[in-house]
Amino acid sequence: MIRFEQVHKRYPNGREALAGVSFKIDSGELAFLTGHSGAGKSSILKLIALIERPTRGQVFVNGQNTASIKPRGIPQFRRQIGVVFQDHKLLHDRPVADNVALPLIIAGYPKREIDKRVRAALDQVGLLSKEKSRPLELSTGEQQRVGIARAVVAKPPLLIADEPTGNLDPDLAVEIMQLFKRFNNVGVTVVIATHDVHLIDRFPARRIVLDDGRVAAETRSPVHQAGAASSAAS
Amino acid sequence: MPGAVKTWLARHAQIMVGSLGRIVQHPLATLMTVAVIAVALALPLFLNVLLQNARTATANWNQAFDLSVYLDEKAGNERTKALAKQLRARADVAAVRVITAEQALKDFRDASGFGKALDALTENPLPNTLIVTPTLAASTAEGTIALKTSIATLADVDTVQLDTEWVQRLNAMLEVLRRVVWLTGGLLGLGVMLVVGNTIRLDILNRRTEIEVMKLVGATDRFARRPFLYGAVWYGLGGGLGSVILVAVAVAVLAGPVEHLAGLYGSPVRLRGLGVLTAMGVLGVSIALSWLGSWIAATRHIRAIDPS
Repeated sequence: MIRFEQVHKRYPNGREALAGVSFKIDSGELAFLTGHSGAGKSSILKLIALIERPTRGQVFVNGQNTASIKPRGIPQFRRQIGVVFQDHKLLHDRPVADNVALPLIIAGYPKREIDKRVRAALDQVGLLSKEKSRPLELSTGEQQRVGIARAVVAKPPLLIADEPTGNLDPDLAVEIMQLFKRFNNVGVTVVIATHDVHLIDRFPARRIVLDDGRVAAETRSPVHQAGAASSAAS
Repeated sequence: MPGAVKTWLARHAQIMVGSLGRIVQHPLATLMTVAVIAVALALPLFLNVLLQNARTATANWNQAFDLSVYLDEKAGNERTKALAKQLRARADVAAVRVITAEQALKDFRDASGFGKALDALTENPLPNTLIVTPTLAASTAEGTIALKTSIATLADVDTVQLDTEWVQRLNAMLEVLRRVVWLTGGLLGLGVMLVVGNTIRLDILNRRTEIEVMKLVGATDRFARRPFLYGAVWYGLGGGLGSVILVAVAVAVLAGPVEHLAGLYGSPVRLRGLGVLTAMGVLGVSIALSWLGSWIAATRHIRAIDPS
């Protein structure tokens, strides 16, 4: 699903965020990107979503070399990726349901289909009763769940999240992680950048540890194997 | 396919209504923008109304200008009638009236009150005269002059009189005014584009986060731009309506005095306002200008917004 080959990223201010990163995440896998802040986690997610381009090296997403995607192809490309942000990035001037509907409206779904899918997505994150609320009327954890509903509403094959639990207390953080795990269980590839090692210790999954722009350590994903086995059995 | 078209139409209708709603949420700012457009368009529009009225008025006067053709004394009544017949046959002549020397003297005697004094004349000093009325098509400044020159070369013609000089000056002034209308129209039209462009630019900066989020979840620039274009259509519509109303008010205010003035000159001229068709045209132009201004600003500024 995702393949990085000797990727370097140097920002215009001269900071080298990634220095020759290579890794591969399979389709249907759950992977954590960990490391100190500034280790390059966010840069990797930005390269996946084409928010940034690599200085050197190649990034493949869903079988596509991102270098071959021209600016006008970016919107279409991003529609196959659900993105969850630490600060949620919700639009405060419209109700929750409209926030979640945004990717579907952009993709040009008919209204009935949009209503159906928005309710389904809100149901999945347990916020169906709040569809008419404004984001600021919700708690931080609820806002994050709205952000997740928006990321998954168009059923993208890939879900990426940048410190999704960064602002949450531990109990809420576990809930959010369980939510991601559920989406992973139904076949969505999930990549989560987080520095919260204690939290992900409770979720045995693939880990890519970054240090100073390099991959310092990598563990295979036992849960992924089990998940694949169980989905094959069912 | 009809389903897709329906979805597309529904989405546009929604954006249209949505953009109106957003504009109405800031009534004061919107009113200012609309007022600026209205005033900017009303000025050239009003000048144009005045110009059209002046042209209509002078067109009437031009028609009233017949050519007085004074013939040689030697030309007798027979040759005068023949010349009249020859002139009537011309394509640019509508009518020819013959005033013989005797008739002219009699008229003069009746009208002037010099009856007794005229009796003292041993012979009639007046020549035979033809009053030539050009056709409507030939009643332009150039047409009447051409006719005058042509008639002046004919045999038996002594002089042809046509007091066109001041008509020419008036026409020249109207031409200058016409250019002024176009120039101010062009400049103020550009002004409308800049005003709307600037309003939209500020609007985009205010909604930067929203555009960023939209782009992050896969919106194209066109998609992000659409609400701003519809917003501009509303501004243009409002401004256009405003300008039409301003001009209508100005015409209503001026109608009385103009009629009075025309009455003093014995002319039945009445001030005519904008026709329905012109008013519709103004709305169209206003919408187009503000759409274009918004398109330029939105395209530039939305492209510049990059999520990071």
